[in-house]
Amino acid sequence: MPAAAAPREAHKTGEVLLDIDKVRQAYPRGPSNTLLVLDGVSLKLKSGEIVGLLGRSGSGKSSLLRIIAGLARPVDGKVTWRGRPLVGPSDGIAMVFQSFALFPWLTVLENVEIGLEPLGVPAAERRTRSLEAIDLIGLDGFENAYPKELSGGMRQRVGFARALVVHPELLLMDEPFSALDVLTAETLRTDLIELWTEGKLPLRSILIVTHNIEEAVLMCDRVIIFAANPGRIAAEVKIDLKHPRNRDDPAFRALVDDIYVRMTKPLEAAARAAQQAASAAHGGMGIILPDVSTNDLAGLMETLSGDFDGKADLPELADDLSMEVDELFPLAETLQLFGLAEIASGDIRLTESGRRFVESDVDQRKRIFGEQLLARVPIAALIRRVLDERPSHRAPYRRFSEELEDVMSEDAADETLSAVITWGRYAEVFAYDEQSQAFSLENPE
Amino acid sequence: MAGRQPSLAILRPGRLVPSIWDVVVFGLVIGVLAMIAFGGHETVQPLAVANRRPLSLDPVNLPYYALRTTLRMLLGLIFSFIFTFGYGALAQKSRRAEMVLIPALDILQSVPVMSFATFTLAFFLNLFPGNVIGAELASVFEVFTAQAWNMTFSFYQSLKTVPRDLSDVSDSMRLGGWRRFWTLEAPFAAPGLIWNAMMSMSGAWFFVVASEAISVGKTSITLPGVGSYVALAILQKNLGAIGWAILVMLVVILIYDQLLFRPLVAWSEKFRVELSAASGLPPQSWLLNFIQRARLAQTIFKPLQILADRAVRLRSPVAVSTPRVVSEVWASRWVDYLWISVIVLASISAAWFGIGFVRTELGPSDVVATVGLGFITLARVLILIGLASLIWVPVGIWVGLRPKWAERVQPVAQFLAAFPNNLFFPVAVVTIVYFHGLPDIWLSPLIILGTQWYILFNVIAGATAFPNDLLEAAASFKLKGWAWWRKVALPGIFPYYITGAITASGGAWNASTVAEVVSWGKTRLEAHGLGAYIYNASVKGDMQRVVLGVAVMSAFVVLLNRLVWRRLFDFASRRLALN
Repeated sequence: MPAAAAPREAHKTGEVLLDIDKVRQAYPRGPSNTLLVLDGVSLKLKSGEIVGLLGRSGSGKSSLLRIIAGLARPVDGKVTWRGRPLVGPSDGIAMVFQSFALFPWLTVLENVEIGLEPLGVPAAERRTRSLEAIDLIGLDGFENAYPKELSGGMRQRVGFARALVVHPELLLMDEPFSALDVLTAETLRTDLIELWTEGKLPLRSILIVTHNIEEAVLMCDRVIIFAANPGRIAAEVKIDLKHPRNRDDPAFRALVDDIYVRMTKPLEAAARAAQQAASAAHGGMGIILPDVSTNDLAGLMETLSGDFDGKADLPELADDLSMEVDELFPLAETLQLFGLAEIASGDIRLTESGRRFVESDVDQRKRIFGEQLLARVPIAALIRRVLDERPSHRAPYRRFSEELEDVMSEDAADETLSAVITWGRYAEVFAYDEQSQAFSLENPE
Repeated sequence: MAGRQPSLAILRPGRLVPSIWDVVVFGLVIGVLAMIAFGGHETVQPLAVANRRPLSLDPVNLPYYALRTTLRMLLGLIFSFIFTFGYGALAQKSRRAEMVLIPALDILQSVPVMSFATFTLAFFLNLFPGNVIGAELASVFEVFTAQAWNMTFSFYQSLKTVPRDLSDVSDSMRLGGWRRFWTLEAPFAAPGLIWNAMMSMSGAWFFVVASEAISVGKTSITLPGVGSYVALAILQKNLGAIGWAILVMLVVILIYDQLLFRPLVAWSEKFRVELSAASGLPPQSWLLNFIQRARLAQTIFKPLQILADRAVRLRSPVAVSTPRVVSEVWASRWVDYLWISVIVLASISAAWFGIGFVRTELGPSDVVATVGLGFITLARVLILIGLASLIWVPVGIWVGLRPKWAERVQPVAQFLAAFPNNLFFPVAVVTIVYFHGLPDIWLSPLIILGTQWYILFNVIAGATAFPNDLLEAAASFKLKGWAWWRKVALPGIFPYYITGAITASGGAWNASTVAEVVSWGKTRLEAHGLGAYIYNASVKGDMQRVVLGVAVMSAFVVLLNRLVWRRLFDFASRRLALN
């Protein structure tokens, strides 16, 4: 197979392979609502580059990848592949999946071969090409194994072999390493980059979706940062470091820090907007709350206060807690919403209330949390007010979910209420009975 | 298909000398082929010839009768599979078809199986006038109706839950519909489908036996088989012959289970989409092991594999692409409205016809009376399920928590569930007559005779799967006696119990059409109930009453499912599922 692929330098021409122009994507939510997941996304992909799409979950980066793979059609905008409009799965584009997506009932060899069948490749050639791809990706000797006999890393190698066997020009990867353990993921990344830089891959470009900032800096020539609600491009960072890249290199760290700052910017803006909305009399209901556990919130504040003396650089904090952006950001955002911490230019700092929380005992913590909850989360305040006003001190779930659905999708309303229920229970400001689906004041305080 | 073998290593070139496995498998394959050829020849002969060879109660004939019964089962199973693939796939691919097909399936499932024969007997007889094949088809159809709905539901559910990533990867590789079906959808559905086919066998044995000697009005058919043998033995009050029939049936079901379903279930394990190591031992089958080890057998099966392989790789030579305008119009709401109105009109006119048909003979008072009978049968079903639960839930938990016992009892329970228990009915009648029992009470247990085992083996399965750490926690808190049952054991097995009880309830309604009227020679015992009503009407050929009775029973079954069982099931899976 290496023979079939031209050396990489030769096609580093910068020719535009894929042109995405003002793409919009929306999904129907209920009879009249639609959920906008991508808004006005434009992007050009050139031959010879690895491009990373970086963003938190819900920023639409996977939706964009599905559009490019031909698995979904945008509601608006144009996608051009090699000069032609893209309709459906196309020649020359192959995809690697986060969950590997192997057929459990086919052997490694059969899993790889099947990609060639629809192309009408004769049986004998299918076999030789598949064996070559298996060889290249380091799966020699596993040809007749079934996926369930393989480790996660080996399974993803099969996923790569299956994508590469069709000799695609563009390889799409949807968080390909996030289901793997740290060591395996690192091995796979370096193997892939090595093959790419040596020109052994029959590819002209790679597009990788990730929420891991270091991974993006390690692999990509260009990182596109996505912002959420609706998904759109927030920033673009060029990475000119030579491969193999070293994570401890100061230039590498600087890039990681820079991307953190850029990614927290929309976070700060969102938090400010939320606070403004919350202070409005009856407004503020439109904030979608992430269902994060109070244990994690308390843990984060304790780490901040203990290990970092109240103020931390977000990348360092993430490293210290070995958390990914997707896990850390919702926590930080929630602390900011509660006024327990503040986020500014890539740093997070405990506020006065935050410090008090950390120093308190269990009951005091609950009280502080409850006060902040009622003061700063409008939907929680509404639930408490309604319960106080009603003689029975009970109110059904629908009462609040319907109100939320006026301003957000049904799923978002459920997630928001689920978060509020968790927090309300912890702070003992109201109770919720799952079976009767009703809020009450039965055992608070 | 190539590669469906658990290990391709078996195919490596090497020893070609037959092993002992080869001899066994070879004998098996040739033997089965010979039996099918023989039985098949006997089936296609004019009715006159068939009638000239009257049934005999000599037990020597029983193996032959059993073979005929088994062939009907096999044919019914094959038809069920074909139907399942077509119907299930259509319902999944077309949203509009789905609107009609899935509710229709729900109703079909609630129609008592026996009445399908009543409705279709004349049709099948007229299809091949004067030839026994019509009657054979009617009987095969009975097997089909006992299995197909269940299998189709399972298949459709599987198609709906095909993992998104596998579906995406098939799309992005542009596998095409046909290849995708055989590469992704059918394999993914296989474990559930085969398991369900096996589970609905019990109903199938029951009704194939019942359908071999049926009369609808003036038409009565007797097909050579175990069922008609038993019918004759009942007429002649020959208890010994019934004993022989039970014995032969036991052997036949054992063979069927060992030669067909065990291997299939064990084989279908490889299609499970759990990439992590499965908990518990996977099902084993000695026959499957034979086939997989036997080199000669591999060689014999190879051409078949290659053929199947070619078949699934077939691709339509011309790519059909519909113009965008056509597909947009086709997908528009207006076509939906049109489709819905066609369906509504069709169902109104069908209902109109049905009501008109029933009204030629019957009035509103008949409807009220029939609903009343429905309540009697409902009470019978619920009380007996309650009684069976009182017995089998504790037994099942006890057994399930002792792996050694569970291993032995579980196959027995499944076997008992598959046995056509209508063969035992004569024994019950003799007993009731001897003790002068009240038919309304003492015939009742017959409707649960076969289906109670579903409760037992589901509870055993639940108790076996009960997490050990929870048991140990309960033990460390010294939970004992009633508190242990109420807090630990019963909630733990409840989802499994509900699954068993739902199956048992469906089976009991079905059985009532056979079990509420039972005879022994000239003695006839009859209980009040909807089942007896339908049975009597169909013997008399009184189609109006059959239609009314069946409609009422379907309504009862559907309502019971929706209002009770499904709610309990939702509750169980929401609150009490242990994962």
